[in-house]
Amino acid sequence: MSARIGSVSRPIIACFALLAACKVDARNDYLGDKSPKEFGLGHAASATQIAAENIDVSPNGEGLPAGSGTPEQGATVYAGACASCHGANGEGKPPYPQLLGGPRGNFNFASDFKIPRTIGNYWPYATTLYDYIRRAMPLTAPGTLTADQTYAVTAYLLNREGIVPAGTSLDAKSLAAIVMPARDHFVRDDRRGSTGGKNVR
Amino acid sequence: MDESSSQPPITRRTLIAGAAVAGAGVILSNLPVDAQQKGTAPQQPAAAPPPPPTAPADPTKAPGAPTTAVGERSPFVHPQRAPVGEITGTSFTPHQDLEGTITPADLHFTRIHAGVPTIDPAKHTLLIHGLVDRAIEFTVADLKRFPSVTRAHFVECAGNGRSAYRTPKPEMTPQQVDGMMSNSEWTGVPLDALLREAGVKSGAKWLLAEGGDACLLARSVPIAKARDDALVVWGQNGEPLRPEQGFPIRLLLPGYEGNMNVKWLRRIKLGTEPFMTRWETSKYTDPLPDGKARIFSFEMDAKSLITSPAYPDKLSGPGWWPIRGLAWSGRGRITRVDVSTDGGKTWLSADLLTQITPKAAVRFERMWRWDGNETLLMSRVIDDQGYVQPTMAQLKAVRGPGTDYHFNGIRGWRVARDGSVTFEANT
Repeated sequence: MSARIGSVSRPIIACFALLAACKVDARNDYLGDKSPKEFGLGHAASATQIAAENIDVSPNGEGLPAGSGTPEQGATVYAGACASCHGANGEGKPPYPQLLGGPRGNFNFASDFKIPRTIGNYWPYATTLYDYIRRAMPLTAPGTLTADQTYAVTAYLLNREGIVPAGTSLDAKSLAAIVMPARDHFVRDDRRGSTGGKNVR
Repeated sequence: MDESSSQPPITRRTLIAGAAVAGAGVILSNLPVDAQQKGTAPQQPAAAPPPPPTAPADPTKAPGAPTTAVGERSPFVHPQRAPVGEITGTSFTPHQDLEGTITPADLHFTRIHAGVPTIDPAKHTLLIHGLVDRAIEFTVADLKRFPSVTRAHFVECAGNGRSAYRTPKPEMTPQQVDGMMSNSEWTGVPLDALLREAGVKSGAKWLLAEGGDACLLARSVPIAKARDDALVVWGQNGEPLRPEQGFPIRLLLPGYEGNMNVKWLRRIKLGTEPFMTRWETSKYTDPLPDGKARIFSFEMDAKSLITSPAYPDKLSGPGWWPIRGLAWSGRGRITRVDVSTDGGKTWLSADLLTQITPKAAVRFERMWRWDGNETLLMSRVIDDQGYVQPTMAQLKAVRGPGTDYHFNGIRGWRVARDGSVTFEANT
């Protein structure tokens, strides 16, 4: 019995030793017990510093600023700031993407890469529009639209895609409440555990 | 071929033929890039290389050039990224011109969405806030005071291989097929060390990583990945990051799709849920045939690519030839690379020439005795998760012809009787 345990345990011990070595390699000693929990580097960020950079908007509406805008107001913003790259009707001008007018009803993009993915048929969250326009648009002058203008152009795009009616005044509350047509088409990654080859997912 | 009008006098084909005749180590680093532009993004090709200089008949009979402040490549070689010239575009790594596994930093592929910012490192900071005990701002100098790590990792754009999947052509170079993968030695601090300084609050499951470019590119990252092997890096291949790779600091998420490795990193915000940015919803999601799209498909599946012989090589004749290439996996270490010289009927184990570390490229090689007949060369990688690189047909069957991102099917190269080599996507 003891001989049997001995013959089994040696490889197990070796295995544990190997695992321990891998852990050190992956995380480094100082993240273990040998180093201080903190190095005390950096400095406390003030509320003002955080506010200056804290621009992200979440699907629940967190981060949306005060303000509002309608599709009608947004049409003017779009014509002035967006149409030169995305086209008068959101049709896109490569490499600048099409925004509007993709086919609706069939989420069959995997059948043909030429099917346009647009706000109305592919974007799962309306809040993402606000977040992206605020952080990145227009390309040549990012960050220049006011909160009202950003709400307005968001409302315009959503109206053109048939998601909000004309005259809608979008604000933080109403934008976060919109359920986009594509919202339930997204599934979390399930490839892990795939062994590739014939079992590829 | 329509690129012949701009073909410079020295080509990779003539050099290979010359090396074979000389019986020396095969020189594989001189491919002109004018052939590399076709079928990629609607951007400008790189400039045609200048005509080669004349070398003295006997360089041993006169002194050579003096020392210089910054070295340059031999005037006889012109590796170039391509295409170039867009502020929202991609520039591919010329794999056919490179050796070993480390991509020279100036040839690392570039994907930019609003141009390359010019950032003064003395003014750049990294803010960590949200669900933390203490919101902290780090200067670049602060970050460099932490204990550092130096590790090799590949970075691969999730869209790498898109042209080969959707619109393949025989006249595609390794650069055009898979040039959005590059491999570097990175130096930085584990992100976990920074998170420990700030103190992660319970309930924090995701973080937003945001760059300081003109689109403030932002991606959601699971906290588990951030605390595992994520790095905030300032060094690449022995020098500070190049501007187009994120100077002064970038996020490095080993094995995760390139877009998440946020360059010019300026802010990290911890939260309970993913932030659903444009890049992780309307982009970088993968349509599937069942009417769904895969979201948060972070890990890059194992892939291999033969970099020579490959288009536009022309083998000078039958005999021994090295089949060389690169293999990598976003899930761990490479355990094996197989090469087929008969279109996938039989597979031979290739030699792995370089150190095998997790989520880093390895160089493989297999000597091959070409009998002069037409054939199809392929490579197939297996990683330590047991994952076997699928054929293109297997991938298309489960993902559909219109899917996007994560194109890791087996790549083939057809060798014709005259020795010419062309790309074969249908494997």
